[in-house]
Amino acid sequence: MKVIYLDNNATTRTSPEVLVKMIPYFTDFYGNASSIHTFGGSNKHVIEKARGQVAKLLNANPKEIIFTSGGTEGDSTAIFSAVNSYPRKKHIITSAVEHPAVLEVCKFLASHGYRLDIIGVDEYGRFNMEQYKKVLDEDTAIVTTMWANSETGTIFPVKEIAELAHSKGALFHTDAVQAAGKIPTDVKDINADFVSISSHKMHGPKGTGALYIKDGVRFMPFMRGGHQENLRRAGTENVPNIVGFGYAAELALAHLPEYTERVKSLRDLLETELLAQIPDTKVNGDTENRLPNTLNMSFGYIEGESILMFLDEEGICASSGSACTTGSLEPSHVLRAMGVPFQFAHGSIRFSLSRFTTLEEIQTVIKVLPGIIARLRAISPFKKA
Amino acid sequence: MWDYTDKVLDHFKNPRNVGVVENADGTGQVGSLICGDALKLTIKVNKETEVIEDIKFQTFGCASAIASSSVLTEMAKGKTLEEASKITNQDIANALGSLPEAKMHCSVMGMEALEAAIKSYRQGGKPVVFEQTQESKVICQCFNITEEMILKAVHVNHLNTVEDVTHFTKAGGACGKCKVAIQEILDKVLACELPNKKQEEKRPFSSLTIVEKIKAIENILDTEIKPKLNQDGGSIELVDLNGNIVTVRLLGGCASCIASQMTLKNFVGKTLQDKLDKNLEVKQA
Repeated sequence: MKVIYLDNNATTRTSPEVLVKMIPYFTDFYGNASSIHTFGGSNKHVIEKARGQVAKLLNANPKEIIFTSGGTEGDSTAIFSAVNSYPRKKHIITSAVEHPAVLEVCKFLASHGYRLDIIGVDEYGRFNMEQYKKVLDEDTAIVTTMWANSETGTIFPVKEIAELAHSKGALFHTDAVQAAGKIPTDVKDINADFVSISSHKMHGPKGTGALYIKDGVRFMPFMRGGHQENLRRAGTENVPNIVGFGYAAELALAHLPEYTERVKSLRDLLETELLAQIPDTKVNGDTENRLPNTLNMSFGYIEGESILMFLDEEGICASSGSACTTGSLEPSHVLRAMGVPFQFAHGSIRFSLSRFTTLEEIQTVIKVLPGIIARLRAISPFKKA
Repeated sequence: MWDYTDKVLDHFKNPRNVGVVENADGTGQVGSLICGDALKLTIKVNKETEVIEDIKFQTFGCASAIASSSVLTEMAKGKTLEEASKITNQDIANALGSLPEAKMHCSVMGMEALEAAIKSYRQGGKPVVFEQTQESKVICQCFNITEEMILKAVHVNHLNTVEDVTHFTKAGGACGKCKVAIQEILDKVLACELPNKKQEEKRPFSSLTIVEKIKAIENILDTEIKPKLNQDGGSIELVDLNGNIVTVRLLGGCASCIASQMTLKNFVGKTLQDKLDKNLEVKQA
């Protein structure tokens, strides 16, 4: 069966052009970039090329980029660096809808003596700027909020959040894992101190990412050991992955206009048709200010996992914020922070498109989903069929 | 991705006995929209033989919830109420081949709905929402799970860990605040099952040396007090011990919490008194 992959906010297909560029660094040029011999040592230039490609996607200077093992490492590195570089500051700020890679680090710090403020969102998932202004003070070491939300696609006003943080002397970090490659991500424009991104969300290989560290910002490494990455991140460089990530970033930048045009129009078509055909359905997130590839919808009175399993039968891959899909027993923390009513939170489905998504695939979803919803509602005790 | 058996998938995709029995003699309900799964059973009972002649279900929930309900209706149909009331959640899971650990609560829900439907029949057919008969203490506030429900799941399924209890009853699966209470229930059950466990000889606190006293206090802070404070984003450290005066410092969320004095007196102080010596007094540094 042909797979219709609409779960690109979870991970993406490694683009075939990217894979081709990676293979020689497994088979032929497998040397260690730290070696003295030319065979290994010349891989240094390869890494620097990739650094330039990634820097360009973020409008950064290449020396402001370090390679990491992914978004999670970037997030931990930035937050721990900030609090360890400013040991007298004992306050951190984040938002209620962050990825666990940020939220759990903040909670860890809170259990070790830090004051933590978690800024809420409104029903559209928009950042509560008033609450943020109230809690920000001179004791704040770092403010960390995502650029765009993985579940709803809602985009945060990171430029404004950064400006306020700086006005009180705090550092600003943004998790741009979902934003990078889908919308323009100019780190100079928003004036961030740290920005973490991940390769596998933009058709690069898994297990690799990058952290932007603004020139001049105090920094302490997270991974200690060897002298790699200019002493900012120890560990032998994952050359094939870094090469792949570099090309993925270059391609992502080149394809950016496609997201705002073709991908967005496919997403909008899916949204319009499903809303028109299926009653008791709502869209979650800020539809005015949202990633062009993401659609989060709630189908009332039924449960997300059941929907996903019937979609799976048709080869359609999506994800759900329902409790049952994760085993956590509670629906998505993002939807709960938005105050989405329970009868809708449990029945939420996220479709996330990519530049490989076709009109035909979207039409298939539009064709099969109304039947699946009707079938499940017929079993539900809450809905008269 | 869950590892569902073919039987689960079959009952999910082709559910048996869906709907509502007309002029039902009994209606049992369990769960709610808020919990994320809910089941409604209606039964038709032969008044003379007490055989369940017809049974239908409606379920809001995941694949395993739908499959558990479906297979339960097949199991109960044709049985007498007496026989049907003996169906356990383990029987439901076995009938499906197996269920993933984290989904066992779906089978428990089936057992409870059937219990409620039978009760409804006995009471003249008025719908019954499943609940505990005695006023059992609510342990998990998030999912409204009582001590009795946890004990039943522990006994029927031979559970050993808090994680097991969460998988089977959902208790502790949301905010996690009741995990300590669940552990205490398990400790009690396990202690009963292991009656030969030797009680460690305990010397009175007052007879300990100063280093032993400090270690005993730190041990209680680490095992009993910090885990609870950590849940609210706080922590605690021992600053000094002078006679019976224990000086501590609250950290993190606790330091700025307006209820910190209450925490100190009612929780920290009381725990130390209960576990070590009733003469201990706690002071904030």
